[in-house]
Amino acid sequence: MNTDVAMILLQDGLVSGAIYILLATALVLVFSVTRVIFVPQGDLVAFTALTLSAFEAGERPGTIWIVTFAAGIAVSLEMVEAARWRDRARALQSLLRFGLVPAVVILAALFLVPKTAPLVWKMAVSAGLITCLGPLIYRIVFQPMAAASPLVLLIAAIAAHLGLNSIGLHAFGPEGVRTEGFSGAPLALFGMIVTPQAAGVLASSVVVVAALYLFFRFPLRGRALLAAAHNRRGAEIVGISTVAAGRTVFVLAGLAAAISGLLIGPTTTLYYDSGFILGLKGFVGAIVGGMAVYPLAAAGALLVGTVESFASFWASAYRDVVVFLLIIPVLFWRSVSVLAPEDGLE
Amino acid sequence: MTRASIRFAPLIALALAALSPLLLPTYQVAVITYVMIAAVACLGLVLMTGIAGMVSFGQAAFVGLGAYVSGYLSSQLGWPAWIGLACAVVAATFAAGLIGAITVRMSGHYLALATLCFGISFYFLVGNSEMLGRFNGLTGIAPVSIAGLELSSERQTYYLVLVMLVLVIAWCRQLLSSRTGRVLRSLRTGPVIAETFGANAHHYRLMAFVLAAVIGAIAGWLYAHVQRFLSPTPFGLTASIDYLFMTVIGGSGQLWGALLGAGLVTIIKHELQGLLKFVFGPTTRLELLVFAAIMIVVLQKARKGLWPFLEQRFAPHIAPVADIEPAMLPCRCAKPEHGLTVLSASHLRRSFGGLVAVDDISFDVKSGEILGILGPNGAGKSTLFNLISGVLSRSKGELSFLGSPLSKVSARDMCRRGLSRTFQHAALVQDMTVLENVAIGATHLGRRGLFASSLRLDRAEERQLLGWSMHLLDRVGLADKAFELAGNLSLGHQRLVEIARALAAAPDLLLLDEPAAGLRTNEKAVLSDLLVELRAEGLAIVLVEHDMDFVFGLANRLMVMNFGRRIAFGRPEEVRADTGVQEAYLGVAA
Amino acid sequence: MTALLQIERFSVRYGRLLAVKDVSLEAHAGEVTTVIGPNGAGKTSLVNAIMGLVPFEGSLAFPAWPGASRSIEARIRARISLVPETRDLFGPMSVLDNLRLGAFALRREAGFDMASRLAEIFALFPRLAERRDQRADTLSGGERQMLALGRALMLRPSFLMLDEPSLGLAPMIVAEMFRIIQRLKDDGVSILLIEQNARAALRISDRAYVLENGAVHLAGKAGEIAADPRVIDAYLGGSMALADSGRQRVSGRR
Repeated sequence: MNTDVAMILLQDGLVSGAIYILLATALVLVFSVTRVIFVPQGDLVAFTALTLSAFEAGERPGTIWIVTFAAGIAVSLEMVEAARWRDRARALQSLLRFGLVPAVVILAALFLVPKTAPLVWKMAVSAGLITCLGPLIYRIVFQPMAAASPLVLLIAAIAAHLGLNSIGLHAFGPEGVRTEGFSGAPLALFGMIVTPQAAGVLASSVVVVAALYLFFRFPLRGRALLAAAHNRRGAEIVGISTVAAGRTVFVLAGLAAAISGLLIGPTTTLYYDSGFILGLKGFVGAIVGGMAVYPLAAAGALLVGTVESFASFWASAYRDVVVFLLIIPVLFWRSVSVLAPEDGLE
Repeated sequence: MTRASIRFAPLIALALAALSPLLLPTYQVAVITYVMIAAVACLGLVLMTGIAGMVSFGQAAFVGLGAYVSGYLSSQLGWPAWIGLACAVVAATFAAGLIGAITVRMSGHYLALATLCFGISFYFLVGNSEMLGRFNGLTGIAPVSIAGLELSSERQTYYLVLVMLVLVIAWCRQLLSSRTGRVLRSLRTGPVIAETFGANAHHYRLMAFVLAAVIGAIAGWLYAHVQRFLSPTPFGLTASIDYLFMTVIGGSGQLWGALLGAGLVTIIKHELQGLLKFVFGPTTRLELLVFAAIMIVVLQKARKGLWPFLEQRFAPHIAPVADIEPAMLPCRCAKPEHGLTVLSASHLRRSFGGLVAVDDISFDVKSGEILGILGPNGAGKSTLFNLISGVLSRSKGELSFLGSPLSKVSARDMCRRGLSRTFQHAALVQDMTVLENVAIGATHLGRRGLFASSLRLDRAEERQLLGWSMHLLDRVGLADKAFELAGNLSLGHQRLVEIARALAAAPDLLLLDEPAAGLRTNEKAVLSDLLVELRAEGLAIVLVEHDMDFVFGLANRLMVMNFGRRIAFGRPEEVRADTGVQEAYLGVAA
Repeated sequence: MTALLQIERFSVRYGRLLAVKDVSLEAHAGEVTTVIGPNGAGKTSLVNAIMGLVPFEGSLAFPAWPGASRSIEARIRARISLVPETRDLFGPMSVLDNLRLGAFALRREAGFDMASRLAEIFALFPRLAERRDQRADTLSGGERQMLALGRALMLRPSFLMLDEPSLGLAPMIVAEMFRIIQRLKDDGVSILLIEQNARAALRISDRAYVLENGAVHLAGKAGEIAADPRVIDAYLGGSMALADSGRQRVSGRR
């Protein structure tokens, strides 16, 4: 292998790493606020690419029906609950939240996206549809079992993943897609040829992670989400609703998944079931970061991306095996270096 | 349900299971056979995940290991299945021992991910191995034969699997009610209880890991010789996840839950496919969506799994009837004579980052003495306890126990040397009986291990340990609650159980962290009498307590701490008169 | 006198364990109502259920604020505040962040000024001002309790529930705590006080309940309860405790 190949592999690795960073950040975020390992994060990424590709082909993406279906369930659950407490205000609020917001996005997707619409507009609507799914999944699956043990939450997350997987096949079919990328002439940077796509991925990833960091660092709303992660009861008694915190963080997770999906779509072929392995690699990144420290999770994700890129060059059949086996020493090191491990699953 | 019907329920179930192949069509007999094989694999997972609290995404890999070892020996070398079973078990022991040696030190999600990595790797390795037939699989595996009779029909293999299932359940039950099992069951709450009472938590975690693998390999062996064809698919990640589903849905801490979960998951998956075909057409995969929905609803309605849910509905916990006579241990050794210095500490210091929790603390405690430690919350009392008992390591200072200096101590060592303690927040295993909890204290007094308890060779020792525990429960006045679940006791009673458990280790030095918190006035008096009695027997006791009446009434000497420092040390009346104490602690102007 | 809180036939259940049985209780405006009883009597379960943190059976009403019993958020909007026994601070966050989050529910309210509210709290607890940038989990026990109380006061509560405010504190700090409670009462805050330290609690209370085994054992005016021979016997009597003699001298000094 010469330096040029190595540079190309490194660049590939950094690009996938940048996407895993987004996944890892979202997973850490969701975990720290709700203690859920959000396995379906990867599915949402794959669904984004599938949605965008359907728009590009001038079809109505199956995502529309998935969102409609999920919103229907969420609204019914909310109505039952509101009726039990005879709470009109809540009924109205949930109709807006779980009914009106998805309805607006769905209508936009149905009527406002002609085949000739600009790419950015298609991307925005795809992202909107996927972002809606985040809080809907939270409402249906996780909110009713918020107090369960992390193991049970993990199993529920896996169940949610299976569900999405099966509905994904139904909605998108078994064919793989690759979406259109940013076009333009390659740039020369530090003697490396960088495609606009790669530059865009890296830049977007940095921007999103920085935005999330700032959101958690400064505004009171962001601090409140962190507070809910640190001490649920403490948060409740100062009026930070843990349900609202969970919902917010799932909106963020949905958005992060949508952005990752838009970024990864042009670089690789995605199928309805590609999400699991993507999510797993993000999870590996997050775990390397100790499920807590954002910069470390980012470093872990970059590591995964680079290892994967080099492994696929040397032994493509064993690519994933190499990634996962190489991770074990890192896991071991992280596990013994983390003091007072409070991330026990039981 | 009555007590009798609950006792006989397993027998009735067994009789039904034995009769059903005679009544059911072949197809259903075969389905139940596979359910039972899955149940065996899940039993391993119950031990590891449910009992010892380690999540595994690699169970199917161990099932596969057992299947491929025996399958290869049978199809390629023509070895009989029974030798294959022995080889499968040995292979699983070695593989799990090796993998476990690396992974069981990891905690929580790290361990889960590591098992997942090994699980995936196994699948790819087998799938790419020429010797094992790659993804095409391995054919021509011989059936199990007993005395020349080949078990090849559905009904014959059904009975083979049933017998193995019953044996594995019996083995697990035997194991869990033994000395080893009690320590395993405590692991779910973390390593602290095991280590405090002299057991090496890593050792036991590794044991759970290996046991899970061996039981998985047994399931794999059954699968290989029932199916008689192997491919990598049933041993991939999906299968591991299915086993985890079955275990959690059934109730992860429950042996019977494994049966229930395996049955439910297999049957739902099976039947849904057929059912949904009529609704969505023959190519539908929506059965997975429905399956996922059912799983989620079950988890939402019964968080601990279905078995505990049903048990609570239909058969509330009934204390098992067991006659255990209170007994003394054949005396371990004489208590040190009165007035001998049991523990001495000089200039102990411990800091966490920049925070100094314990700063330059010196004191000693003699046998036949009660030393009281006073101080507000956050003064460093619990940290001091953790330093002495070896839960935390000290940053500086010297410690010596019964005259011998302690360089580097672990909680395990300290227990064996004769130190025993209680915790500020009662740390009992909630779903074990009170008696079993106390018996954990006596862990290091027993000798019988895994093999002895598997073969029921530990009965005499068990009688002794449980009798000794009963005697101590009697001493703290809770003998009548011996068979209640610890979690059902009031907080005050839980503290008393903790004291009995600490005494069960037959200590020379007893550390009590707020033993009177949660007790009512008359209960405090009883506890006080007990401590006086223990002191008279020559025990050294260190007591942290907020109730000043209690401490002043009992302690021979007192130490007052604030901000990690010792601000007074001496006889109670000296401490009371100390101006430093009055200023800094009691709030009296000097 | 208007009742701020009325509960009737109130029970709290954990699985099969009945922690609070059939309790009826009232708290009035401008008063300190105290619930005393041994540890494990159900006091914490009672107050957590009143705040809406755990489910309960029976009736619960805040007559002054209809609708407040619906959710925790509704209670907080009505300025009902709890300082829990476990303090429940946000450990890794700074003292300042903890206090700011105490006013989280008020952040969009007209006329709310975070800076002046913080200044008021810092005036009440000068130690917290000194440690404003320190992580909450590095504070001493007494400082933590002050921070928990300060965080609750950020809401400017009209009804304040305090669960064991003196638990685990040095007697000196305990005395300080009770002085602060007295001051809050003088400022017109209605208080529901849960205490094991019966003597100090009864001294500043108007109304008292004795809870034992989850049920109300005795109820009445604080003075009457303090004089009840059964209470003297079980909660006030016994040997002259060191802590108490210390506190008496403190109050004498004042």
